[in-house]
Amino acid sequence: MKLDLDPEYEAFRAEVSDTLAKNRHLAPTSEDKGYKNARRIAWQKLLIEHGLAARTIPKAYGGYGGEPDILKARIIAEEFARTRTPGPMAGQGISMLVPTLLELGTEAQKQAYIRPTIEGEMIWCQGYSEPGAGSDLAALRTSAVEDGDHYVINGSKIWTSTAKQADMIFCLVRTDPAAKKHEGITYITFPMSTPGIEVRPLVDMTGSANFNEVFFTNVRVPKSGVIAKPNVGWQVANATLTHERGMLGDPNATKARFLELVTLMKDESVNGQRLIDNPLLRDRLMKLQSEVYAMQANGLRITTSRLKGEPAGLAGLIVKLNGCDLNHEIARLAIDALGELGILYEDGEHLRADGSWQWRYMYDLGLIIGGGTAQIQKNIIAERGLDMPREPKLAKA
Amino acid sequence: MEFALSEDQRLLQDSLKGVLAGAASLDQIRKIAVGDAEASSALETALADFGLASLLVPEDAGGLGLGLLDACLVQEALGYHIAPSGFLVGALAATALGSYPDLLNLIAAGEARFGLAATEMTSRRDGAGVSLAKGKLSGKSLLAMNVEGATHLLVADNDAHLHVVEAIKDVVQMRTIDKTRAFHEVKFAGSKPVASPETGDRFLAVARLLIAADTLGAAQAMIDRAVAYAAERQQFGRVIGSFQAVKHMCAEMAAKLEPGRALIWHAAHALDIGDPEGPVMANLAKSYVAEAGTFIARTSTEVHGGMGFTDLVGLHYWYKRIGVNRQLFGSPEQARETAAELQGLLA
Repeated sequence: MKLDLDPEYEAFRAEVSDTLAKNRHLAPTSEDKGYKNARRIAWQKLLIEHGLAARTIPKAYGGYGGEPDILKARIIAEEFARTRTPGPMAGQGISMLVPTLLELGTEAQKQAYIRPTIEGEMIWCQGYSEPGAGSDLAALRTSAVEDGDHYVINGSKIWTSTAKQADMIFCLVRTDPAAKKHEGITYITFPMSTPGIEVRPLVDMTGSANFNEVFFTNVRVPKSGVIAKPNVGWQVANATLTHERGMLGDPNATKARFLELVTLMKDESVNGQRLIDNPLLRDRLMKLQSEVYAMQANGLRITTSRLKGEPAGLAGLIVKLNGCDLNHEIARLAIDALGELGILYEDGEHLRADGSWQWRYMYDLGLIIGGGTAQIQKNIIAERGLDMPREPKLAKA
Repeated sequence: MEFALSEDQRLLQDSLKGVLAGAASLDQIRKIAVGDAEASSALETALADFGLASLLVPEDAGGLGLGLLDACLVQEALGYHIAPSGFLVGALAATALGSYPDLLNLIAAGEARFGLAATEMTSRRDGAGVSLAKGKLSGKSLLAMNVEGATHLLVADNDAHLHVVEAIKDVVQMRTIDKTRAFHEVKFAGSKPVASPETGDRFLAVARLLIAADTLGAAQAMIDRAVAYAAERQQFGRVIGSFQAVKHMCAEMAAKLEPGRALIWHAAHALDIGDPEGPVMANLAKSYVAEAGTFIARTSTEVHGGMGFTDLVGLHYWYKRIGVNRQLFGSPEQARETAAELQGLLA
């Protein structure tokens, strides 16, 4: 057990901190909204230049070209959080498509897409889930029929975030309806401007449209958009699904929210008493703190496994389930602590934290369901973590 | 950075588990629970031969000089096998008596065996409490641990200061749900302390951490038993472990317990290196693992169906171990209040 870092890494931390301090004045502010905001793109390019974004992506494709180093990546994330500096761009193009392309894309695909994506000039959306294919993703039915150098796509996708803003989509389509469920799927990319694509915003319980439905009617797309080859899309997608689940439930993000909750309970008073001085609320706060600390320690354990190149086992499998639940519980306590004022939303003079606690209490429930429902996570924990038997398949009628 | 057990630590735990698999098999534990002296002494001898008594005693006082993380691994193994042992109290004494080399030497040599009368440090009830007047201790303490066969007693007075006294004869056993471990009411009538160590917040933090490690082990045993039972028991023509209702119960148990393991490691390491956050983490660990353990004690029993409720399967020994541990050294609520206090969150 050794939790301090070698001098090499402490020096790296000082260097990162210094870079952030020197350039902080160039960071985007809350005024800089929207996906292709010039200041945000300039900031992203600056971060890449200094190795604080797209760190391990080869120079040839617009990245920094650094060696993979889990500790350095961790230090960078910690320094952004500690100094409250706006971080690198995220999004499904950067976090899911780019790693897929690096692993399985052709040289032409890498050249065409990686640089504009990591620089924030090209926005992507993900076309996986369908109305009839949620937890059972491999049941997807959106069809792609060959027509010379093209596929003709028909069907629809759901839960597509940023579909309105996206330039491109990476999408799972069924190319071989006769094959077994997992074997007739192709992973394909194409422009969202292709004729026949309709995007309808899907308003959710938060009151805004964080997701969309996307409809394809005779959408003709070139075969050159296929990643790897036809009918192996399930394997291609699985590489990045693991990645998505790793992002949901990040204990450092949870800790930041917890600290906001502590501040709220110290600053707010009811009947002349600070919220934190109410023993019932304080007990709930401490209970959440024990969970936050436990998930942080669990995260350290996972980092060590990754450094050693060993599987993280149960410690890794539980992160999405526990982390998303904990975020929801933190928001719930904030609302209970605010009491009657906790129901306020959107705007108004008594609203606290721009209504973000209520927003999170709703949105975080979405994340408990999205990215693999809590129940699917429990199946995974039981089957892969505890070696329990799978549900027997129903005999075909 | 390395947040993992060392090879030595894994070896320590594995070899202890090997010893316990024999000397603390469920058959042996059943005998101990009905007062079989032979079974008790066989277990005691096996653990003494393993060298548990000297584990936390510094090397210059004749011990092995290991740390709290090692102690937690030992306690976890004891909890896993629901083995009664004086290890926890001995470890507490060894960490508290740093400035008393003579006593440490005796502990390392296995010549001093400590009991602990510190329940009133967290909760005083029914007129219990021990007061210090004119250098002598008077009063009574409830649910004292490890009193039988003790040569010394570590006692907390009403101001939460610790003292060491020679063995006390005026003791009455208190029956609890846990028949494997003995608890006593102890009366002090003018006992003169032979030592009065200053330990501050650390003593209670260490006690709570060790009891959390014990629950971690017991709860892990209950999960393992539930998973194994679900793989064998058949209903509706299939093993019950293939039903999602049962599978999800097992997944929930594992998901709740696993972060507790990391938290205990982290807290023990923090206390070992003198990180000021150590006592906070230890108190949070006690709370976390007590809550997870309570859930697991119930859920594992339910996975076993009616059999879980019987004496035949013996699952109730773990259920009771976890239930008793939850209250020892203060409830989860008290541990959380201590954590809040240590962080300056109380008005």
